[in-house]
Amino acid sequence: MTGFVLAAIAPITTPSVDWLGVAPVIALGGAGVAIVLARALLRRSAVTTPVCVALGILGVVLAAIFEYRLWHLVRADGAITTMAGMVRVDPFGVFLSVVVLIGTIYALFISVAYLKRESLDAPEYLALVMLSAAGMVAIITANDLIAIFVALEVLSIPLYVLAAFDRRRMASQEAGLKYFVLGAFSSAVFLYGVALTYGATGSTSLTAIGDFLANNTLYEQGTLLAGGALLLAGLGFKVAAVPFHFWTPDVYEGAPTPVTAFMAAATKAAAFAVLIRVFSIAFPLYRTDWKPALWVLAVLTLVVGSVAALVQTDVKRILAYSAIAHSGYILIGFQTGTIAGRQAALLYLLIYTFMAIGTFAVIMLASMTGDDRHSLDDYRGFALQRPVLGGILIFFLLAQAGIPLTGGFIAKLEVFSAAAQSNNYSLLVIGVLAAVVAMFFYLRIALALASPATGGEYFSDRRVDRWSGVVVATAALAVLATGVTPGPFIDWARQAVYFV
Amino acid sequence: MPDFPILTAIVVTPIIGAALMTLIPARRPEITRIVALLFTVATLGLSIWLLWNFKVGDPDFQYVENYEWIPGLGARFILGVDGISIFMVVITALLMPIGLLASAHHVDHRVKAFFGWFLVLETAIMGIFLSLDLIGFFVFWEFMLVPMYFLIQGWGHDNRRYAATKFFLYTAVGSALMLACTLVLGFLHEASTGLLTFDFRILAAWGFGGLSITTETILFLGFMAAFAIKAPLFPFHTWLPDVHTEAPTAGSVVLAGVIIKMGAYGFIRFSFELFPRATVDLAPLLLITAVIGILYGSIVAAMQRDLKRLVAYSSVAHMGFVILGLASLTVIGLNGATFIMVSHPLTTGALFLIIGFIYERRHTRQIDELGGIWKPAPVLTALFIVAMFAGIGLPGFSGFVGEFLALAGTFISERPYAILAAVGVVLAAVYMLWAFQRVFTGKPTGENAKMTDATKREILLVAPLLVLSLFLGLYPKPVLERIEPTVRQKIAFLEQKTDYRQKRPHGFDSNRLGGESYKDLAKKALKEQR
Repeated sequence: MTGFVLAAIAPITTPSVDWLGVAPVIALGGAGVAIVLARALLRRSAVTTPVCVALGILGVVLAAIFEYRLWHLVRADGAITTMAGMVRVDPFGVFLSVVVLIGTIYALFISVAYLKRESLDAPEYLALVMLSAAGMVAIITANDLIAIFVALEVLSIPLYVLAAFDRRRMASQEAGLKYFVLGAFSSAVFLYGVALTYGATGSTSLTAIGDFLANNTLYEQGTLLAGGALLLAGLGFKVAAVPFHFWTPDVYEGAPTPVTAFMAAATKAAAFAVLIRVFSIAFPLYRTDWKPALWVLAVLTLVVGSVAALVQTDVKRILAYSAIAHSGYILIGFQTGTIAGRQAALLYLLIYTFMAIGTFAVIMLASMTGDDRHSLDDYRGFALQRPVLGGILIFFLLAQAGIPLTGGFIAKLEVFSAAAQSNNYSLLVIGVLAAVVAMFFYLRIALALASPATGGEYFSDRRVDRWSGVVVATAALAVLATGVTPGPFIDWARQAVYFV
Repeated sequence: MPDFPILTAIVVTPIIGAALMTLIPARRPEITRIVALLFTVATLGLSIWLLWNFKVGDPDFQYVENYEWIPGLGARFILGVDGISIFMVVITALLMPIGLLASAHHVDHRVKAFFGWFLVLETAIMGIFLSLDLIGFFVFWEFMLVPMYFLIQGWGHDNRRYAATKFFLYTAVGSALMLACTLVLGFLHEASTGLLTFDFRILAAWGFGGLSITTETILFLGFMAAFAIKAPLFPFHTWLPDVHTEAPTAGSVVLAGVIIKMGAYGFIRFSFELFPRATVDLAPLLLITAVIGILYGSIVAAMQRDLKRLVAYSSVAHMGFVILGLASLTVIGLNGATFIMVSHPLTTGALFLIIGFIYERRHTRQIDELGGIWKPAPVLTALFIVAMFAGIGLPGFSGFVGEFLALAGTFISERPYAILAAVGVVLAAVYMLWAFQRVFTGKPTGENAKMTDATKREILLVAPLLVLSLFLGLYPKPVLERIEPTVRQKIAFLEQKTDYRQKRPHGFDSNRLGGESYKDLAKKALKEQR
């Protein structure tokens, strides 16, 4: 009895916290909370939205400064592990966190005009974006399956709401509901995988699992393999890998376009970070087991993504399938299991962020109020009436198709060369052929843009606001720069492949 | 290495023009035209300077420039010119301003975009002909699709969207396989030597050291997929007539003139050195497809109702002669093939220009809707007659020299194919003369009677091509003496790397064979990288 009392009053020993390691998450999450507070205090005053936008930008900028600091720290002294091993900040994590931050700031910028145009409430929207971004950065630096699960929920739940944010539009509601149901299901699958892995290895920490498997031979492998498969399925859902992709077209189509952009770029980077981290740190010795599974996943993702896009007539749906296909290329890089492959995956995620956000930013600008006219016919004549904007959109599409002298080519080239280097010729050939199939549907969009309009001149009266203009211009420049002078970007990715 | 990076200048000048063009206001199309013309003429000037200073008798690459591009991947930006590429560069530079002038007044919408894409296209083509790095070559090869696609789909004829997409996808399939094989080749070299490079000269010297013939054949086929589609070799030719027909005149001139030479160029540039054994093994297959291409192209050309389609199919036949000469694996055959690659742009370019002029007047290219044009337009007809005979390969014109050499080379090594292919020469006369009869002779009816004759501008556009064709037909030495050293080196390399021995006619001076070994070349290339 006394022992129980003593235990109850004894101070709980909390693990020591290296605050810098979690500072980016705090900055982003704090900005989200601050936005909610600003909304509560300022009510519906005229300054509410500008203040909230400023808070969001402040959060991202602070997080970026912390990441900059962390980058130099981990490059000099090695990875930082803190919060009892829950968080692990390493070059790999910092790189992808920066990718997420780029996606977030771009998403904020293009949301400003969108929310005004659609007369939606900005503060709630912005707070959700910031919270989701906090979850993404947290998941990228998480070193424990439980922490990963928590962060997964933190990043997902705001996204469910964001997908349904344009509540007046049926498609948006449908997208939110569908995303929520399937997302919750995949989270459950992931959690089940966590449980089985814990059962097999006795730990939820990735490094501990890796050490355990390195030092012990499992008497019975089934539990661990089942756990790994369920983890792969749960994460496959988030990266939109086939056969876990069924939500993608509907959600991409229905969600407000800036949210689609955010999902395409930032969520993908975060989910791939986890996928790569879990399988590289916890299960490196089971490579022979997960590599064939990833091979199947990569091939299915490439083929289904590229072929299914051919028959779509809605631009956002085509781009959704193209996002699936892009996941396939990143999977190729990771599947090789080599350092070069991981580097290719990282570079791909960086370049893809610019391409995806840029594309969706122009799509957002081109769409009419209501954000529901995205069929190919609706886009006819866009490049003729708006040569600059249309030209940039075509440039982004060509980049996604992997045409040389754009970043998209360099991204694909790195992935393919990683496959060639590890003698993975089947993936190499399937990859290059899938890229040709993909060219066809990108060309279809480009062709529609350059065809005479059927419905009169309705694109010409739309002005490009300053925020979106900055996004479109800088993203296009980034895609061009990565394509023409890829050296520094490749160097950066090469430094970021390590977990130590 | 020269002080002035002349090759980079040739590649970059046009795209600088294209970039400048975006600054010109859209309501001043006349400035756009002048700027475009200025930049193409500047490029022509640079390439003529290059031709002038080209060292005759040197089989090696000249004016080599070597810069780092993608560090981790070993991909570099390497440019160099040899006896084969020099003429492709000059011909491209010559056709570009002519194509521009030909389309100057009938391109009246989105003028800026048209000329902009045209200049971008020139950069891409020059890059293809001058690149010595396999990745760099692929970059230009694939990038070339973009301007070509937009030129066809933006300013082509009725069915242009279909044609543009077909062109893009056909070529993309081939080049995708080429990219895969390029990467495999590079990494196989790395695995065997430890050096990751895509420098053509280093890979050539390596020559698949110790790797199996199967690997070599598969990689060769991967490269050939790209080249055969672009060439176009017989079963892969179906894109060409569609695309030729729908392309705007300037596009057709460039397409027929230069772009379809790229397949043959890629073959002669890479396959001899990179895949010597596979080239020797598969040469008979190429000979068969070449002969089929010649006969099939000629027969189908005779059946066409559309003038542009007719010339397009005749291009299939002419490219058959090029492949025939290359696959003969003889110095004479290779000389002839390369010579056709120089002469065919001149004659076909002239033919497409004249068909373009007819189309501008009559708005039809259907042979049965035309007729008796000779009466109202005698000068135009005269131009056509000269272009036609140049195209058929009448002795005295450049077409004859090339085809004669290609056939002679094949006759030395593979006699039956040469005899079959020679029938194609006769067929060429059949379809051209028949088309000429139906279009130009007879009594003009209706619209045809009111046709206006060629203007001074049009004569000035076509004349340089025909004069040059005549000059090279009478005096081919300046071209051949520059081509031959490089060609000799290629055959010598083949004999060095495989047990293939060139069959030689009596009295052939075998002492003249030989050339600098590729080992030395690779050493030089490696030195540049350091």
